[in-house]
Amino acid sequence: MALLDVRDLKTYFKTDDGIVKAVDGVTFSIEKGRTLGIVGESGSGKSVTCLTIMGLNAKRNTITTGEALFKEQDLLGMGMRRLRQIRGNDIAMIFQDPMTSLNPVHKIGNQLTEAVLLHQDVTKKQARARALELLKAVGIPRAERRVDDYPHQFSGGMRQRVMIAMALINDPDLLIADEPTTALDVTTQAQILNLMNKLQEEFGSAIIIITHDLGVVAETADDVLVMYAAEVVEQGPVNQIFSRPHMPYTWGLLGSLPRLDAETERLVQITGQPPSLLRPPSGCRFHPRCPYVMDVCKQTDPPLKPVTGDIDHYAACHLDEETKDREATKLLAGMVAEARTG
Amino acid sequence: MIRYLIRRLLWALVLFFAVTVVTYVIFFLIPADPAQRACGQLQTQQCLEQAHHFLGLDRPVYVQYGKFFGRLLPFDFNGLAHGHSPIKMPSLGISFANRQQVNSIVGGAAPVTASLVFGGAVTWLLISIPIGILSALRPRSLLDRGAMMFVLIGISAHPVWIGLIFLYLFAFKVHIFPLGEYCNMINPPVGTSCGGPVQWFYHLILPWITFAILFAALYVRMIRANVIETLNEDYVRTARAKGAPESKVMRSHVLRNAMLPVVTMLGMDIALGLGGAIFTENVYDLPGLGRVLRLSLDNFDLPTTQGIVVFGTVAIIAFNLIVDLLYAAIDPRIRLS
Repeated sequence: MALLDVRDLKTYFKTDDGIVKAVDGVTFSIEKGRTLGIVGESGSGKSVTCLTIMGLNAKRNTITTGEALFKEQDLLGMGMRRLRQIRGNDIAMIFQDPMTSLNPVHKIGNQLTEAVLLHQDVTKKQARARALELLKAVGIPRAERRVDDYPHQFSGGMRQRVMIAMALINDPDLLIADEPTTALDVTTQAQILNLMNKLQEEFGSAIIIITHDLGVVAETADDVLVMYAAEVVEQGPVNQIFSRPHMPYTWGLLGSLPRLDAETERLVQITGQPPSLLRPPSGCRFHPRCPYVMDVCKQTDPPLKPVTGDIDHYAACHLDEETKDREATKLLAGMVAEARTG
Repeated sequence: MIRYLIRRLLWALVLFFAVTVVTYVIFFLIPADPAQRACGQLQTQQCLEQAHHFLGLDRPVYVQYGKFFGRLLPFDFNGLAHGHSPIKMPSLGISFANRQQVNSIVGGAAPVTASLVFGGAVTWLLISIPIGILSALRPRSLLDRGAMMFVLIGISAHPVWIGLIFLYLFAFKVHIFPLGEYCNMINPPVGTSCGGPVQWFYHLILPWITFAILFAALYVRMIRANVIETLNEDYVRTARAKGAPESKVMRSHVLRNAMLPVVTMLGMDIALGLGGAIFTENVYDLPGLGRVLRLSLDNFDLPTTQGIVVFGTVAIIAFNLIVDLLYAAIDPRIRLS
């Protein structure tokens, strides 16, 4: 049994303009100790998927259906009291912007101990000791002194470390990281990712990492979920997604990766804009932007089908497998060739 | 910190000069002569001249201002020359109208105004904090819409009108509250029947509410907006993600941040309230600074007017300073340097 099993998750927001289908039938699961990367453009439903699992969407205006079984208990159906016991204890979350995710009027240490005291029956002193321990684990220098500092006295990278410490402080089974490195500069990004990898080995948590950066996925994830316009368009183990991508959108993502080792004239870009989730395109939602579009794509939404020859690799595309293999090989060969000539 | 204080005090001095000079100039621009009041029926040339001389009005304006300023300083250079102590009590002068020390006029009226303004501030906070928070938690609910109606009425209705309506309804028609009048909380003057904390409180209930309605309306709107804004902050989501119950999220993460701007506003509005008190004091016949100020203007009693302006200015400057220091204490992001 998987640690988290999400089945046909749908999150709709009622707005003045109509119903926005932010997540429209997402299914995935994650095992203990594994890392799942969810990739996609802004607005593809990655964050909303995770906020829904955590029950952090505004109650008002939100319609949620489907199941999110965490240790065989449905997170979506359980009462608030039970969900609060799980939040921050069994499942913890790191957010995108460390600059605004910490409360400016409370000391770092108190924000950390709050998380401990909410879930564990310990004294304040013990909680503080635990907070110090975690601050050291995430690499805050002079943690004894900095524990009594306020968030504004920390840099962005240091604040994200604090967020990670806060998330790990109760030894969660699942850590959800929503674009944990997006707001940080590149060197800090690498440090934070290394730290997360290291801490995963140490704490053994499963991680869901949400990102629009395939580089981050390549570096951290075991499995990948590619989302486009509120749906999953491709999923599978990371090496298969990178070696044999089977969906034109994934090709677009791979082609748009900036590379330092190749002399590329221009980055390949996916033309057009992400579709409106208020009125998504008919058929395959990617068809207006897809260079391989066929008539069938405009009428029927392709289901996720297993990719022949691969294990646990699914893609949603009407193209025949031969074409997809050929195009994928071409794309990857091109990238390798560029790397060689560069 | 010390440098900050010194800078603030220097600014206060500049402000003080500006305010008092403007009051002086305006007073002398009014086409009225205090000496006419002083002479009453006896409007002879001789009387007017004597009165002018007696009140010091025959000297140039800058000399009068200089004398006024000299009286305010806590040093007595004359005294020093005569071998007395150079330290003296700053004096606001003597009233044109009744020859009383302005110091004692202001000293008698200030507690009344302070009772009204501080009690009023407590009243408007008691009204606005719960309503503001509740309507922020349930936007567009019946309560929220009701609160916004109250805001509209509170901002539109003048305290004089509200005061008269209250007096008519609750004191004249239904005798639940007294018809104006002020009772001293401590040391009631001999010969008055009313005094003590209970009577003081009872007599001030209507004035407090009247005075507070406008501010309560503004504060409901402000607190509602602040709380709604803070509820959407990322750190509130973080607190929920930690598993904090909603009550704790509100108390420890939302309200603390949402109330920060309220503290600043409160300081400024208490100062502003000194002006607003004029209306309430006159409607309810409270012998506070506002009513004394109106009477002194009617009587062309410059020293009293000026005395109240000086007192008010100093009070406002002191308040703003206290608020700034308080703000630095409660918001760790602000450190005075």
